[in-house]
Parts: sequence; C-alpha cells; structure tokens
Amino acid sequence: MDSYILIGITAFIGSIFVGGTIGLAKLIAFRTPNSALKAQPFECSEPPIGGARIRFKVAYYIFALLFLIFDIETLFLFPCVKIFRAVVDGEIAGITHQLVFLELSVFICVLFTGLIYAWRKGVLVWE
Amino acid sequence: MNMSATETLYPLHNGIGNMVRALFPESAFFINGLLGLIAVVILTSTLAAVLILLERKVSAHFQVRLGPMRVGFHGILQPLADGIKLIFKEILKPKGADSFTFYLAPMLPLTATFLIMAILPFDHHLQLADPAGGVLYVLGISGLAVLGLLLAGWSSNNKLSLLGAMRAGAQMISFEISLALIMLLIVMLSGTASLREIVLSQQGLIFDWWIFKLPFLGIISFIMYLIASTAELNRTPFDLAEGESELTAGYHTEYSGMGFAMFFFAEFVNMFISAALATTFFLGGFHAPLIGIDFIDPILNIIPGFIWFFGKTFFIVFIYMWFRWTFPRLRIDQLMSLEWKMMLPTNLLLLMMGAVFMVLGWAG
Repeated sequence: MDSYILIGITAFIGSIFVGGTIGLAKLIAFRTPNSALKAQPFECSEPPIGGARIRFKVAYYIFALLFLIFDIETLFLFPCVKIFRAVVDGEIAGITHQLVFLELSVFICVLFTGLIYAWRKGVLVWE
Repeated sequence: MNMSATETLYPLHNGIGNMVRALFPESAFFINGLLGLIAVVILTSTLAAVLILLERKVSAHFQVRLGPMRVGFHGILQPLADGIKLIFKEILKPKGADSFTFYLAPMLPLTATFLIMAILPFDHHLQLADPAGGVLYVLGISGLAVLGLLLAGWSSNNKLSLLGAMRAGAQMISFEISLALIMLLIVMLSGTASLREIVLSQQGLIFDWWIFKLPFLGIISFIMYLIASTAELNRTPFDLAEGESELTAGYHTEYSGMGFAMFFFAEFVNMFISAALATTFFLGGFHAPLIGIDFIDPILNIIPGFIWFFGKTFFIVFIYMWFRWTFPRLRIDQLMSLEWKMMLPTNLLLLMMGAVFMVLGWAG
C-alpha cells in the first residue's frame, strides 16, 4: 500500500514539474506578433488544403482491434502463469505438474488459434 | 549480498536515509520518501541531458566527426545551452488545433517516465516504491506514452502529424504485445511480478542471470526484447513515425520550444527506462557479474550495486545507439509482418518452452 502512496505522490510531483516547465516557458518565451502565416500548420510550406482530420487507412483500426484482443489475453495469462508457478513450486496440492502444464498449453494453443485465424482471414496483411 | 527477499524495503537505505531514520524515527518513512522523490525528479531531468549529449557524441564518432565541442569541455554543457534556448523559444499553436489536448499531449509521456523511474530497482534499497505487480504497472504506464503521441498527432491539425501519430500508435501497440509476453516469461521464470524480487531471483553467479541460465531461452528472449523495445521507442530502424524524409517530424511537427523538448526528453528517458528494464529482467539488475573465481569475486563485490546497474544500463543504451547507425529503416508493412507473423508466434513458443523448463525443474 505504501508503494502506491509514493507512486501517487510521484505522479503529482511529476505532473507539477512538467506542467510548471511548460507554464514557465509560456511566461518567459519570446513572442512575435500574430499573423496568418504563423498560425498555418506546417505541411512542408504548402498552404494546407482542407482540415487535417482526414480519412486514413482502415488497417490501423484492424491492428488496434487485434492489439486489444491479444493484450487482454496476455493479461489473462498473468494469473495463469502465477498459478502454474505456484503448482510447480508445490504450493498448491492436489494437482500434478503435468496436468497444470497441459492446461497452460491449452490456453496458449487457444491464443495461437486466434492468431492463425486472423492470419488466414488476411487481416495481418498491410495493403 | 545477504539481503533476503522477505526483508522489507526502505525507500532509501544509505547514509542519508539512515541519518534521517536516526534523527526522526517516527516520520522517517515520509521524509525518506520525499527525498527519494526529489532524487527521482533530479535524476530524470539530468539523465535526459546526459543521454542527449551521449547520443550526439556517439552518432558523431560513428560518422568520424567530433560532435558538439564548443560549449564546455568537449561540449559537455551543450544540453544546458540547448535547454536555455528551448525555454526561450515561442510556443506556437497552429490554427484549428485543439488547445487543451495540444498542451496536454507533451506532458503525458514525460509524466509517465517519472512514474516508471519511481519503481526501478537501482540498488538493494535504492528504490522508491516496489508494487507487487510491478511488471503490470510498467505495462500500464507505458500505455500512457502512446496516448500522448496519439493526442499530439490528433490535436495538431496537421496531416503529417496525424499520419505520424497513427503510425507510432500502430507500431507501439503492436510491439507492446511482444514486450508483455517477454515480461510474462520472466514473471513465470522468477515467480514474481515485483521488479525488486525479479532482480533478487537472479542472485548468484553470472550464469544465474536469466539471459544465461536456461539454454537458448534467455538469449533469444533478450534479443527479442531488444528488437521489441527499439520498436516501442520509435528509434531507427523502426522510426517510421518520424521518418523525416516523408513526414517532416511525425507527431511533433507542430510543437516548438518546450512542447518539443518534452517529447524529446521523454524519448530519451524512455530509452534509459527500456535499457534499465532489460537490465532488471535479463542482466541481473544491481548484481555484480560474479564468475565463481575466488580472487576476482570479492573485488567485483566491492563496487556498489548502483554502479553495476548504471553500467549495464548504459551498455544497452549504447547498443540502441549502435542500432541506429547500423540498420536501414523498415517499411511499415515489413514492420507489421515482423511483429505479427514472426515475433508473436516465436513469443508464444518461447513461453511454452519456458513452461517445459519449469516442469523439468531447471528454472528453480
């Protein structure tokens, strides 16, 4: 618990330090008069055409979805591995090493199957 | 070397910490915690400067140049001069940029680095906090950095920024899975998710470090960690996000002055953090590289742990810089197939291999 209190204070001091630096820079930085050119987004000095929030490749979303699935499964693997380790260390009685190894293998095989499914569906190809 | 894993952790267990503990027995925890926090903040800001100078010097010497030489002895004060320049530069905000997110975005990655610095085990008791789920905490906080980049790209109202941010986001989240699986392997081998206890599980000779302990497993996962963390850091050969020949500077195109400096600092401190985590997971953290010879080991043990820690960490930082001048940049489709078609299956196989070693009782 003490750890998390210290981490909380670190977050607080860190954000004050970072925010303070930007605030200080805002206060003491040089300023030049505002002009239309100054406020223009830099796109290699061409005047920008239209807004910047354009449509872009859908592949980014597909990879984000894949990331969500695999990240959540990785998180599920953490407790699995913890229990596996506890059994191997002999802290949990009533289950053999072979059986718990089989269970871990089944879980990882399910992950593998998901990856192979995505692969066969052609989602992993960046067109 | 005789500290057991069950011993409670003091934030500072050195001369200063003991002096505070003797003077104020009741409030020692808070005073030491506060001192540790100040140390972390100072260390983070100093590290950024040191690493920026190191990067410039190493790059220069790889190209048979001298690098910065004018400011101070061999350019040692160059980062300070750059900092003074950056703080006086005007912060520009392009038309149509979203004010709140535009100013919020550069703060997130740097705050995230503070949060991770707080739990790095620099020495036996030189660690600010040690949460039991340290590995999960590291994974969670590194997500905050991705968020900063995405916000920066989205709020800048610049097409190049947006594309750069999207590329950075796609790349970082992809390689984060590999990183998570490698960390999972280490958690399985050492049986704990706290960074301090992962280091303590590698106590002993150099062959007890996870990189050398198990046949092939350690060294392969170490190399994969290096690849995945280089991609996570957006460094060459994976610097598609800022590919200066195509996207000007990627997500931080529109940032000037201190806003740019924040991203730049965070990038360099993150490089240190990745190297420090590699040291923690594979290279035995603060343990000296004992080789089991009676007359060398005591000499190696005299050197304090944090010096070993920083030595190993800076060696890995040097490897990152070496990568930069050795490999050409990848295309994004090559990058994605590297992660999803090669690294991820290999990671799962390594995990199975680790489980086999555990059942055989080799990891102990």
